[in-house]
Amino acid sequence: MNNELFYGKGLPYLQLNKLPGKLIVIEGADCSGRSTQISMLKDWLETEGHAVLDTGLKRSTLIGNVIFEAKKGNILGKKTLSLLYSTDFADQLENKIIPALSAGFVVLADRYIFTLMARDFVRGASKEWLMELFGFALIPDMVFYLSISPETLLHRTFSKYGCLDYWESGMDLCFSSDMFESFKKYHILLKKEYDEMANKYNFIVIDAEKSPKEIQSDIRAKIKVFLDQK
Amino acid sequence: MIKLPAINKRWCSDTNKALPGKLYVVEGCDGSGKSTQIYLLKRWLESEGFIVFFTEWNSSELIKESTSEAKKKDLLTPTTFSLMHASDFADRYEKMILPQLRAGYIVLCDRYIYTAFARDMARGCNREWVKNVYSFVMKPDITFYFQAPLQISLNRILTGRLHLEYHEAGMDMKFSNDPVESFKIFQGIIKQHYDDMADEEGFTIIDAAQSIKAQQTIVRSIVCKNLEGYASPCKHWKEGSIYI
Repeated sequence: MNNELFYGKGLPYLQLNKLPGKLIVIEGADCSGRSTQISMLKDWLETEGHAVLDTGLKRSTLIGNVIFEAKKGNILGKKTLSLLYSTDFADQLENKIIPALSAGFVVLADRYIFTLMARDFVRGASKEWLMELFGFALIPDMVFYLSISPETLLHRTFSKYGCLDYWESGMDLCFSSDMFESFKKYHILLKKEYDEMANKYNFIVIDAEKSPKEIQSDIRAKIKVFLDQK
Repeated sequence: MIKLPAINKRWCSDTNKALPGKLYVVEGCDGSGKSTQIYLLKRWLESEGFIVFFTEWNSSELIKESTSEAKKKDLLTPTTFSLMHASDFADRYEKMILPQLRAGYIVLCDRYIYTAFARDMARGCNREWVKNVYSFVMKPDITFYFQAPLQISLNRILTGRLHLEYHEAGMDMKFSNDPVESFKIFQGIIKQHYDDMADEEGFTIIDAAQSIKAQQTIVRSIVCKNLEGYASPCKHWKEGSIYI
């Protein structure tokens, strides 16, 4: 039973069976509109009578501070950073997502292992290593991918923050000392990784160039069909 | 003659070419005496003029505090327990062990990835999964496994110890509510995992029931043989130059 629930070796000591809740993931780059969509989905689902847990990456108390501190000084090796992120993800999976799913909640995950993998793939991580590492991740019921061009992303980043961020521009990859150039290169590469995963992991690709309202109605339509199936 | 472990390609993904340094590791149950042995090995190598770096389990400046916080609060699952220790190890590996080996030094590790294998498997993690987590690291030149009958290592730890740490005693496994009882069961399982790995991982087994001196003599002679042809970076200094 375990094998059908997880991408890989799973969590053998839990001996889980199919959980009553639903795990819905929203993936996409920073500024692709994920959190707006999730908060609208939560409103809608709760109005419809579903208990909802929304959760995101980097919210765990376990090592959240370590990542934050280390990123300030740019002092972590690649493997160390991958492992810290996976620790954080495992913590949320086991202590938040799985309990909520067991209780029958709809869990809305603001990013999942795919963002973590895409970031590391771009940084040259071994695909084999990372996929096996994240083999403890539950297979979500649905994965929405907010697909957006690097060009649009650039403008949204400016309108949201007024400037570009060191990490979100992939400056650690040393493509260019110019953050503007680096941002473009980085997001072209990231998008390539997401697109590749879209096929492999059956993402539902959503055109995120549309208005938030249109995107929301696209996503709701798919979720409605899925929830009505049972 | 010491049979060196065969080098498996996947183990060396980061380090395809042979590194000029030497990596010696001690492994074994709590109370097997391995820390004493590696300390004595270090003293000897240093007295012989080698530059030696030493690192121990769970000691990354960056991560160890979070780990100990998490342990106190009992927040850890077998998977997060495993991954936090892997993060700690990776941090030391990427920052210290690997660069030191590339620079040609002797690196001594008190516990290496086999500690993680034994403990994580004892906690119920999948064996292949754990091995993958650590598949980026270099296989040591020698892994000394200090093998002691369980009763001996238990006595060494339990004599004069009033308190066993929660995770050390494997209390999270819920074998028993009594820490001492739990520790015995947990150590037994860990020892079994070490014994099972010994062949496959090419451990050099040292009988840890012998006297400290007798063990150290064996360890030194094995290391001595392994160091044949090794050039310490300090030998590269100009003849006659002054150094401390």
